[in-house]
Amino acid sequence: MKEIHDFTILERRSYGEHYFSLLLKHDGPMPEVLPGQFVEVLVENEPSVMLRRPISVHDVDSEAGTLTLLIQIVGQGTRRLSTLSVGDRLNLVYPLGHGFTTDLPAGSRALLVGGGAGIAPLLHLSKVLKANGVDCTIILGGRTESLIPVRDAFEPFGRLCVATDDGSLGHKGLVISHPAFAEQYDMIYTCGPTPMMKAVARSAAERGTRCEVSLENMMACGVGACLCCVTNTDQGHRCVCKDGPVFDISTMKTWYAE
Amino acid sequence: MLAVKIHNLKLKNPVMTASGTFGYGEEFADFIDLNRLGGFVVKGTTGTHREGNPYPRMVETPSGMLNSVGLQNGGVEKFCSEVYHRIKHLDTNIIVNVSGSSIEEYCSVAEQIDALEKIPAIELNISCPNVKHGGMGFGTQPAMAAEVVEAVRKVYHKTLIVKLSPNVTNIAEIAKAVEGAGADSVSLINTLLGMAIDIERRRPCMANVTGGLSGPAVKPVAVRMVWQVAHAVKIPVVGLGGICTAEDAIEFLMAGATAIEVGTANFIDPAVTVKIIDGMEAWCKRHGISDINDIIGII
Repeated sequence: MKEIHDFTILERRSYGEHYFSLLLKHDGPMPEVLPGQFVEVLVENEPSVMLRRPISVHDVDSEAGTLTLLIQIVGQGTRRLSTLSVGDRLNLVYPLGHGFTTDLPAGSRALLVGGGAGIAPLLHLSKVLKANGVDCTIILGGRTESLIPVRDAFEPFGRLCVATDDGSLGHKGLVISHPAFAEQYDMIYTCGPTPMMKAVARSAAERGTRCEVSLENMMACGVGACLCCVTNTDQGHRCVCKDGPVFDISTMKTWYAE
Repeated sequence: MLAVKIHNLKLKNPVMTASGTFGYGEEFADFIDLNRLGGFVVKGTTGTHREGNPYPRMVETPSGMLNSVGLQNGGVEKFCSEVYHRIKHLDTNIIVNVSGSSIEEYCSVAEQIDALEKIPAIELNISCPNVKHGGMGFGTQPAMAAEVVEAVRKVYHKTLIVKLSPNVTNIAEIAKAVEGAGADSVSLINTLLGMAIDIERRRPCMANVTGGLSGPAVKPVAVRMVWQVAHAVKIPVVGLGGICTAEDAIEFLMAGATAIEVGTANFIDPAVTVKIIDGMEAWCKRHGISDINDIIGII
């Protein structure tokens, strides 16, 4: 069940100049948040911002009743959120959207490919997959080292690989040119820049490997009411906020062929 | 205390939701008790399924947003056979926003909705700015507006609300024309035609280039138009445009609206409608008003 709730900021961390994270505490029992779901954050005290900002959930600790958001500073809204500090309140509408498929058979091999801010939802995903006995390979990519905000946190949950365009860290080149990308998997998950996700989706389709992509779009309502955030799918326009953000590429040929 | 009447439509309070901002109600059921609403207006419904406009379809602007959804909907048959059965049990007024590209299409949709027992009214949308054919084209000239309303009036027997466009020189003239053609009520304003450009990419922010402006930015324009129309017609007026608080709603009532619709504010706070209802009741108590009708059109 979706709810509107005021969280308290327990911790704020910076990851270079472009990224920061907020650890948020729920007062009382927190509804289940599935990997790939997102929250709509109310940005207060910023006159140029009216609409909530959709932010993916980076990590969840249901026992502690906490959520972590990993946020890239891209505009006025996220810049304002970056000025919040420990003890401040943050109003969320959540959990929203259709998340990743996580009920793979134990022993399955999964590949998680993240780029830039798209790395965020993959942490919660890798944690849940690991708990389900899935063998995860995680490839994180960015133009340069400083644009890959989080790496170490993934280490407990699978084999971690990094690719940077300039070779400042790990493999030099795109994520799809990383040797680990060419291996066989039972499932590929990806979240990041659209050209990256389309390249991953095309490759998965060629190999006949099941693949889920997590899309991003400008949103208003976040619940499938306003139809502002649609994407092309093989079934026509579908809402990224409600039908997604995670889509199986078997329904997305028109999208990744664009 | 808050009960009002729009023609034959009895509303437990003046608060409804605006078409296109509230889906089919279900999307908000986790956040509010839908039965508390005076009513809600469902997404614009056309004769056949429409995919709507290409994306991007939305951009945030100062104190508002532009949208160019273009009437994406599953079509009237899908509404009648599927959606209607999921929501008909609700104890509130469910109003269907009827849209089209031709008089025949408006009439056909209205006729099919007329047969649905639990839909007591339609809102005839002659003011959508985001479709090439029909829509606003019918709502910007008095003679055209009257022609559509007259045709729909012949096939639709329940409460007929006509939604007006603000993109006209004289909205009172259009209101009088649709009143003369048999409308039971008018609702206003639909969105104001606007545009935004992404100067870094040197291209329009929306694929459709232009779109409809909504949100607090349009409120003063809407209040002015409600006031003008309320003085020009005898039928009840439904006011909308940027309403976010109970105080905003009361302002519209004083300007002459019998009921109001909340639109863009639903995106910022999915529970805002209930807060507006509670706030209006508190305002009435504070001001010793026992019947909300006493403040309607006092300006």
